[in-house]
Amino acid sequence: MMRIPTSALIGLILTSAFFLMALFAPWLAPYGVGEVVGDVWEPASWEFLFGTDGIGRDLLSRMIYGGRTTIFVASAATILSFTLGTTLALSAVVIGGWTDMLLSRFIDLIMSIPTLIFALVVLSVVPVTLPVLILVMGLLDTTRVYRLARAVAADVNVMDYVEAARLRGEGTRWIVFREILPNVLSPLVAELGMRFIFMVLFVSTLSFLGLGIQPPDADWGGIVKDNKEGLVYGVPAALLPAVAIASLAISVNLVADWVLSRTTSLKGGR
Amino acid sequence: MSEYLLKVKDLKIGAHVMPPNEKPFDIEIVHGVSFDLEKGKVLGLIGESGAGKSTIGLSALAYGRGSVSITGGEVHVNGRDILTGDKTLLRSLRGHEVTYVSQSAAASFNPSKKILEQVIESCIRHKLCSDSEAKSRAIALFDQLGLPDPATFGDRYPHQVSGGQLQRAMTAMALCPKPDLVIFDEPTTALDVTTQIDVLAAIKRAIHQTGVAALYITHDLAVVAQVSDHIMVLQQGKTVEYGTVDQIINTPKEAYTQALVAVRSIEHEEKQPTATPVLLVEGISARYPRVKSDVLSDVSVELHPGQTLAVVGESGSGKSTLARVITGLLPPRSGKVIFDGRELSSALAERSGEDLRELQMIYQMADTAMNPRQTIANIIGRPLELYFGLKGAEKDKRINELLEEIEMGQEFRNRYPAELSGGQKQRVCIARALAAKPKLIICDEVTSALDPLVADGILKLLLDLQKIEGVSYLFITHDLATVRAIADSIAVMHQGKVVRYGSKSKVLAPPFDDYTDLLLSSVPEMKIGWLENVIAHRKMESAGN
Repeated sequence: MMRIPTSALIGLILTSAFFLMALFAPWLAPYGVGEVVGDVWEPASWEFLFGTDGIGRDLLSRMIYGGRTTIFVASAATILSFTLGTTLALSAVVIGGWTDMLLSRFIDLIMSIPTLIFALVVLSVVPVTLPVLILVMGLLDTTRVYRLARAVAADVNVMDYVEAARLRGEGTRWIVFREILPNVLSPLVAELGMRFIFMVLFVSTLSFLGLGIQPPDADWGGIVKDNKEGLVYGVPAALLPAVAIASLAISVNLVADWVLSRTTSLKGGR
Repeated sequence: MSEYLLKVKDLKIGAHVMPPNEKPFDIEIVHGVSFDLEKGKVLGLIGESGAGKSTIGLSALAYGRGSVSITGGEVHVNGRDILTGDKTLLRSLRGHEVTYVSQSAAASFNPSKKILEQVIESCIRHKLCSDSEAKSRAIALFDQLGLPDPATFGDRYPHQVSGGQLQRAMTAMALCPKPDLVIFDEPTTALDVTTQIDVLAAIKRAIHQTGVAALYITHDLAVVAQVSDHIMVLQQGKTVEYGTVDQIINTPKEAYTQALVAVRSIEHEEKQPTATPVLLVEGISARYPRVKSDVLSDVSVELHPGQTLAVVGESGSGKSTLARVITGLLPPRSGKVIFDGRELSSALAERSGEDLRELQMIYQMADTAMNPRQTIANIIGRPLELYFGLKGAEKDKRINELLEEIEMGQEFRNRYPAELSGGQKQRVCIARALAAKPKLIICDEVTSALDPLVADGILKLLLDLQKIEGVSYLFITHDLATVRAIADSIAVMHQGKVVRYGSKSKVLAPPFDDYTDLLLSSVPEMKIGWLENVIAHRKMESAGN
């Protein structure tokens, strides 16, 4: 029925491979996540496909489990920031006046503080658990989503059909979710792909700095941190997460591009 | 050598369409059109949107917009085939031998350069004359086109002059390199009626004085009758009829041309006012936030059940603001709105559901008045759900009835607005308003974005629905022909005030005040020589001057 372009197909296959890997990690990984099974920095072999890490754990298993954590945290944070950011932005636009003013200036205030530093400060005073990590990342990213959603929604808010809905006596909820939201989705979906990748990078950065996922749990940023000394001895273990992040980023964006081009042309949309 | 300036033979134009998720394909949009144009003559190209008139006009520049390309036939300018010509030929042709005047002058001028600089640019680029000579040419043209202070007019920036003046400046730009042919692409469509005739008269005068030939593209037969020698009627990329102005206007042969000539001939008997008006607007004054002058001052009108009140005026006269006050979008500073015997609160949020239901609105642009992500059934069904709590089969039945009423079938239920034509979209908007079973519908320029024939259909529909449903219309328009067709009473607005008000027969009968006279005389009539007559008998200058 629907023709999927090759680029989107590649993106779709790779992205779903990554997500399936995350979902079924315990069944896919040959060894446990913290299990020490071999020598330090063993090269790739049939036993250890990617070799072993700095204390002899299987790198393939660590990568699979690490991917699970990274993708889970990034997805949860993205969903949080999108739901919150879009709802706040659309409500601000529809209600207008002081609500809009106060909310927008508050968001500006948060945005004026560099995200990474803000996150580092918060995470160094509260205990780092998964929910806290997701909450901090999601809330910080909400500001970005809010800005984009507000800009797009402001364009839609002045359309005659929104005025018609007001004149009809529709409530704020109807106007936000039925009249405006469907018409701002396509730029937001494209942004969703981008923000998800930023979240992957963000959680990796935090873990690399030691404030993200805590050992012995693995995540891609943590694997870089654990194995960075190996680079000096020519052990490529620290590069594996980089390859994983890059391919995930590209494949997600291939899908996002396709969704964007489809939705913009859909039924004469924007 | 032939004496024809422009010779178009069996012109075929195609477009490359690239729909999303489908294979791109080619379609033909102009199917073998032929015509000749002698030196110094004007040919009018007329047709509805999509008839291919602009596309044909641009072919005289050997140019296709976007993915449009000329696929067959011949176009000769001054005896040379320009379709097979190389870049050098095209360069000497465009902006020198053939020039172009577009519909929106405001979008065609560079806002950061002075007008004079832009008017003489093609002269300088083509090295036709010296800088000072080009300037004196431009100033002479400004004078010819009736622009104020011709010597200094060019020193202004585009935003410092009015729309009508800018359109004339663009005509000066086209005439400056002394071309053989000018293509006018709907040059007066975007202007107010009273400004339109000034520009039209200026263009006509300039054409005669310079002896240039012209292609005049428009959808308004009455306009083209004033400036052309010959008219070609186009429909869907084909020639319907070609003849002299006299022949086309007075003895059209084809059915389509006859329909175009007969447009705006709806007759509507004026009704007498009843005892209690459905809408009473008393002494309304209003201004927009942070603006220090009134947009409406002391406006009072009344509208009787089952009748139509037309509010007429140019852009900026405050007629749409009046609609915003009545609907509650803009609370007035003073005065009150009495609807069906009760006073409406001035703010929308304080009005009851019943107030909202009984007062509906139809917009000028049907495109933006409907949510592009909702189906027709959803759009029409929502008021039914909201006001009457209809659900399921009951709602479906009512939707079908409404679709029937607007002369559209059930097959439209699951379509999206983008899949409808302009006229169909406006019909759906009418159905949405009717779904609420209102007492009053405010129609804000509902026909001005539509082609004449389609607009006629909408007006007929509105009149029929008024008879069946007994609904009243507050009809906002700048088009007096529309007013004649449907109004029972008329309010003429000028600069926020009602300058003339009463029943249709009274308002449209002399003696006129100066503004009403100007407005009435500006509506193009399908008569040869009408333009000269009007210009000679005017009492008041239009705002565009």
